[in-house]
Amino acid sequence: MAAGSRTWERPTVFPRRGVKWAVYAGVVGFVIWSGVGVGADPARIAGGLGRSGSLVGDFLPPSATPRQAQRILDKMLESVAMATVSTLTGIVLSVPIAFMAAENLSPKPLYALNRGFISVSRAFNAIIVGIIAVKAIGFGPLAGVLTITFKTVGFFSKLLAEDLEDIDMGSVDAVRASGASPVQILLYGVVPQIVPRFAGLSVYRWDINIRTSTIIGIVGAGGIGSVLLTAFNRYDYRYVTAILLAIVAVVLVAEGVSAVVRRRYT
Amino acid sequence: MAAERREWERFDRRRRIGRFLLTLVAAVAVVGSWRFMDTGIVRPETIPREVGDLLTRMYPPDVAYTARIVGPLVETVQIAALGTIGALVLAVPVALLAAENTTPNAATFWLGKVVVTVSRSVNTIVWALFFVVLFGSGPLAGAVAIAFRSVGFLGKLLGEEIEEIDFGQVEAVRAAGASSAQVLLYGILPQVKPALVGLSIYRWDINIRDSTVLGFVGAGGIGVQLFRAVNAFAWQSVATVLIVILGVVVATESLSAYTRGLVR
Repeated sequence: MAAGSRTWERPTVFPRRGVKWAVYAGVVGFVIWSGVGVGADPARIAGGLGRSGSLVGDFLPPSATPRQAQRILDKMLESVAMATVSTLTGIVLSVPIAFMAAENLSPKPLYALNRGFISVSRAFNAIIVGIIAVKAIGFGPLAGVLTITFKTVGFFSKLLAEDLEDIDMGSVDAVRASGASPVQILLYGVVPQIVPRFAGLSVYRWDINIRTSTIIGIVGAGGIGSVLLTAFNRYDYRYVTAILLAIVAVVLVAEGVSAVVRRRYT
Repeated sequence: MAAERREWERFDRRRRIGRFLLTLVAAVAVVGSWRFMDTGIVRPETIPREVGDLLTRMYPPDVAYTARIVGPLVETVQIAALGTIGALVLAVPVALLAAENTTPNAATFWLGKVVVTVSRSVNTIVWALFFVVLFGSGPLAGAVAIAFRSVGFLGKLLGEEIEEIDFGQVEAVRAAGASSAQVLLYGILPQVKPALVGLSIYRWDINIRDSTVLGFVGAGGIGVQLFRAVNAFAWQSVATVLIVILGVVVATESLSAYTRGLVR
């Protein structure tokens, strides 16, 4: 410990100090470039925020005529119905896809194909899927069901496939060794291992689907979203607030139901 | 070990009834929902044909259109980056309020929770509708919408991280005479830094996906081109845009997963 004084330096994840500063500079540069590209000049932001005071005044208090309230109720029920139906259809379609997308149960080409499908489903926002569904089969809740089903399949089969990859192959081998047919192997060796997670995931996805179904109406795929967009376009901002409050309430209730069910039954 | 023969059962009677009722409720909900919806299907057998028809019209993708979407694509990435940074700046105070161990009192705790809930319950596209009114249409409204949507996510998860920290270190820094800003900087921040970086990168990746649709309400990004092409029924251009979006999303997702792996 002879040689001069050494100052303590904080440990860092970066291999060298230079790399650290290069990464920081890169991130800062990227953000500044983004700010310029987006046109985020402070004057404009300040101006917008200045206007927000009077705009927020336009949004309050929430109000809806009895007819509008009835319309919120009807379309909200349609949203919930869309979410519920497509949770079921989505899960039913997810099961075979999940089995084919599990590395330990499925041959390589089939595995790649299904993983690809899952990536496609997850990559596109529900609004994009929604607009294409509407163009394909017309306005209305059916397009919404198609959209949410498609999104559900991507989410659900990915998580289910990961669960399937984690199962204990010992019990599968044990069932096989006792002379079971492939169907029996699935039923008694694989299924019991994933059922608990399955129930929880379904309720969780239902909760996410409720959120999605309140939005995709914006592109005409059924549900409360269409009412919201119309109200915005008519500058009927108090009605907008009423609709938003209804959406927040439904989302919170769904989240609560989903949390309770997952805690108690899984 | 006498008379009665007992069968093994996985659940006791009460839980069995509970599970049965739950299944029943779910089944009734699905059937009821289907009947409630006015789907207006007249000829259900035509649906696969129509979807197939649309997909065939998308082929082959219009490669020449790629040149027109590079600009909007870059804009999408910029919106996501700026939105994430904005969200991060806003989320730190929200997280401190929403964490039980750092919030000053019960009122601020609930304030934090309310901000998190409102931000999370309102979809990006609705935030965008709001900010387009405020800032005029364009990518700035999109970036602010992305930021407001992400605050709840980051605030909630960061708040949970802050609740998990070792408070001994915070006490030690305070005992050494640090001001509250210094306590934050040397007592709390180093403990949540990996989570902070990881969550931000994760949210950036989600935001890329979200900002692809902002164009629908005039808030910039590649969505503008996409919806223009859809409305013009230029399906081959639509296919190009979709492929490009897919590529960008897959790339950012792998980048995000790789970086988060490094930080953890």
